[in-house]
Amino acid sequence: MRRLTLLAATLAALGANLAHADITVGVSLSATGPAASLGIPEKNTFALLPTTIAGQKVHYIVLDDATDPTAATKNVKKLTSENKVDVIVGSTTTPNSLAMADVAAETETPMISMAGSAIVVEPMDAKRYWVFKTPQNDAHMATAIVEHMTTHGVKTVAFIGFADAYGEGWWKEFAKIAEARKLKIVASERYQRNDTSVTGQTLKILAAKPDAVLVGAAGTPAVLPQKTLKEKGYKGLVYQTHGVANQDFLRVGGKDVEGAYLPVGPVVVANQLPNDNPVKKAALEYVKKYEAAHGAGSVSAFGAHAWDASILLQHAVPVALKKGQPGTKEFRKALRDALEGTTNVVASHGIYNMTPQDHMGFDQRARVMVQIQNGTWKLEK
Amino acid sequence: MDLQILLLLGQDGLTNGAIYALLALALVLVFTVTRVIFIPQGEFVTYGALTLAAIQAGKTPATIWLAIALGVVVFLVDAIIALRARAYRRLPRLAALTLGVPLAVAGLLHGLDVATLSLPLQILLTLAVVAPLGPLLYRLAFQPLASAPVLVLLIVSVAIHMALMGLGLVFFGAEGFRTPAFSEGSMDVGPATLQYQSLWIVGVSLVLIVALYQFFDRTLTGKALRATAMNRTGARLMGISTTLAGKLSFLVAALMGAFSGVLVSPVTTLYYDSGFLIGLKGFVGAIIGGLVSYPVAALGAILVGLLESFSSFYASSYKEVIVFTLIIPVLLWRSLTTRHVEEEE
Repeated sequence: MRRLTLLAATLAALGANLAHADITVGVSLSATGPAASLGIPEKNTFALLPTTIAGQKVHYIVLDDATDPTAATKNVKKLTSENKVDVIVGSTTTPNSLAMADVAAETETPMISMAGSAIVVEPMDAKRYWVFKTPQNDAHMATAIVEHMTTHGVKTVAFIGFADAYGEGWWKEFAKIAEARKLKIVASERYQRNDTSVTGQTLKILAAKPDAVLVGAAGTPAVLPQKTLKEKGYKGLVYQTHGVANQDFLRVGGKDVEGAYLPVGPVVVANQLPNDNPVKKAALEYVKKYEAAHGAGSVSAFGAHAWDASILLQHAVPVALKKGQPGTKEFRKALRDALEGTTNVVASHGIYNMTPQDHMGFDQRARVMVQIQNGTWKLEK
Repeated sequence: MDLQILLLLGQDGLTNGAIYALLALALVLVFTVTRVIFIPQGEFVTYGALTLAAIQAGKTPATIWLAIALGVVVFLVDAIIALRARAYRRLPRLAALTLGVPLAVAGLLHGLDVATLSLPLQILLTLAVVAPLGPLLYRLAFQPLASAPVLVLLIVSVAIHMALMGLGLVFFGAEGFRTPAFSEGSMDVGPATLQYQSLWIVGVSLVLIVALYQFFDRTLTGKALRATAMNRTGARLMGISTTLAGKLSFLVAALMGAFSGVLVSPVTTLYYDSGFLIGLKGFVGAIIGGLVSYPVAALGAILVGLLESFSSFYASSYKEVIVFTLIIPVLLWRSLTTRHVEEEE
C-alpha cells in the first residue's frame, strides 16, 4: 500500500513538472582562449539575467568553449541531448557560432549567436532558419565608418588589419563600401595579433600618404598600428573598429590612441546619448546592473550582446508558451517563430525588427560614432 | 624604397633581433648543458613583462604565488630525500633556497609600496620573482629525467610550456599590458629617427651578451657549465655537479627571458600567450647556430629580426611564413655541411 502511495506521489510530481516545466537556456561562450576578453563580460552578464520569464522559471547552463569550434560543437551537442535545452545562446566568435549552427538546425533548437559577422545569419537557408544573432553586422559598422570618412573630406584611405578571419572580414566589407562611395584605397596591410612590431607595414602606409587609416583589428592588439603610426609622425585620421570598445583598449593604448574614431553600439556611451534616443533607457538599465555587480567603468559592448539575447527571449517566450510547453519540440518551434516575429523590441544596442530574411534585425539606430578623447569614448554629434 | 625607409626597417629589425638573440643564447645554453629544447623560454618573457606591469599597477603579481608553490613542492620532495638519507644538515640550506627566496621576495612585495619604487628597483623585483622559477622548474621536471632521450625532454618541455601559458591566462587575464619606456622620446640621426627604447634594447642586449661571455670565460662556475656542455660524464668525473649546472643554466635562462620581457614590453603590448611566438623566433636563431654556437645563434637571431622587419614591409600577409620558412634552407645547409654524429644514449 505504502509503495502504491509513493508511486502515486511520484506520478503526481511528474505530472506537475510537465505542467510547469522550467525553461532551459543552454549557453556556450568563449570565456577562455583568444576571445576571452569578449567572453568574460558575456559570462558575467548571464549571472545578472532574470530567473523567471512570463512566470516560468529559467535555468541557464553556461559552458565554456575556449574559443575552439570543436569544443563549441561538443558543448551544444551535450546541451541539446543531455540537458534538452529549449534555446541555445552563443557563441562569442563567428567560427564557433557557425559550428554550433549545424547542431542547432539538426536538433531543431533555436539559437541566438553573439558573434559579429553577417555570415552567421546570411544568406538565409535551411540551417540559418534556426539561427538569430544579437550584435550588429560588420557591414553595418563599416558603413558608419565610410560615411564618417566622406563627411570629413577623406579621399584616400589605407587599411591595416589582422591576418585572420576578423581582418579579412573587415577588409572585404570595407573595400566594397568604400569603392561604392568613391573612396580610394591606397594600401592594404596585414599583421598578426601577437606581432611585436608593425614598422614595415606602417612605413608602407606612410609612403602612400592616405588621408585616413582604418585599423581592422580587435581588442588591445589594435593599439600597436595606431601607436606606430603616431610614432612615425602620421597626422591624418585614424579609425578603429567596434572590436576595440572595452576599457582594456583604453588602458593599454593610453595617449597613443587619442583622437581615433570608431563606430560602437549605443550602450557604450549610454550616458551621453540624448534623452530622446529610444535606446537610452534600455542601455542605461544594463549599464547600471553590470556596474553595480562589477564596479564603475567595467561595462563593455560585448556583455550587452548577451543581455540583448535575453531581451529577445523575454519577448518571444510569452508568445511561444501559448503554443507549447517548455521541453517539447513544439515549444522550440514556437520559440523560433516568435523570435522571427520580433518587432520594435528595444534592447541595449538598438531596436530589433526581425523578418524571415533578416535574423539580426538592427537598423542604423544600433550604431553611433565615437571619438577617443581624454582616455574615454566621446559621442560624435 | 628610399634610404629613410631602409634605415627605419633596419632599426626595427635590429631591435627585435636583439631580443631574439638573448633568447637564442639562453636556448643554446640550456640545450648544451641539459639537452633540453626549452620551449617555455618565451613564457619567461611574458612572465617578466606582465609581472613588471602588475608591480607598476601596485598589484601583487600572481607569479610570486607560483614561485612559492613550486618552492614548497621542491622543498617537500628534497626534504623527504634528505630525511631518508638521514642528511639532516642539508635541510636548513634547502629550506633557505626553496622556501626562503620566494617568501623573502613575497615579503618585499607585500612590505614595500611597489608602485612608487623607481623603475630599476621594480625591474630588480620582477627578476627576483621570475628567475627562481627556472631552477625550481628544472628540479621538478627535468632533474629526474636528466639522462632521458632528447625527445622525452622535448615532450616534457612542451608540457611545461602549455602549463605555464595556461597559468599566464589565470594570472594576468586575456588582455595585454604595456609598461612605460626606460626613457621616452627619440632623436634624429641623419634621415632616421631613433627611439630611445630601441637604443636601450640593443645596448642592454650587447652588455648582457658580453657579460655572458665573461661569465663563461673567466669564472669557475662558467667554466664548469662549459665543461658540462662539452661532456657530461667527463665533467662529473672532474667533480662538477651536473645537477647544479642544470639548475644554474635554467636560472640564467629565466633571468635572460624575464629581462627580455622587461626590455620589450615598452615597445609592444604583451599578452599571456605572446611568449611562444617570440621564443620560437629565438629558436630559429638558435637553430641557425646548430644549437651549439653562441655567436652564430646570436647572428642568426638578428638575421631573423631583420628578415621579419623587411618582409613585413614587402609582404605583410606572408611575414610569418617567410620567417619560419628560413629554417628549411638552414637545416638543409647544416645537414649537408656538418658530419652527423649519432647521439650517445
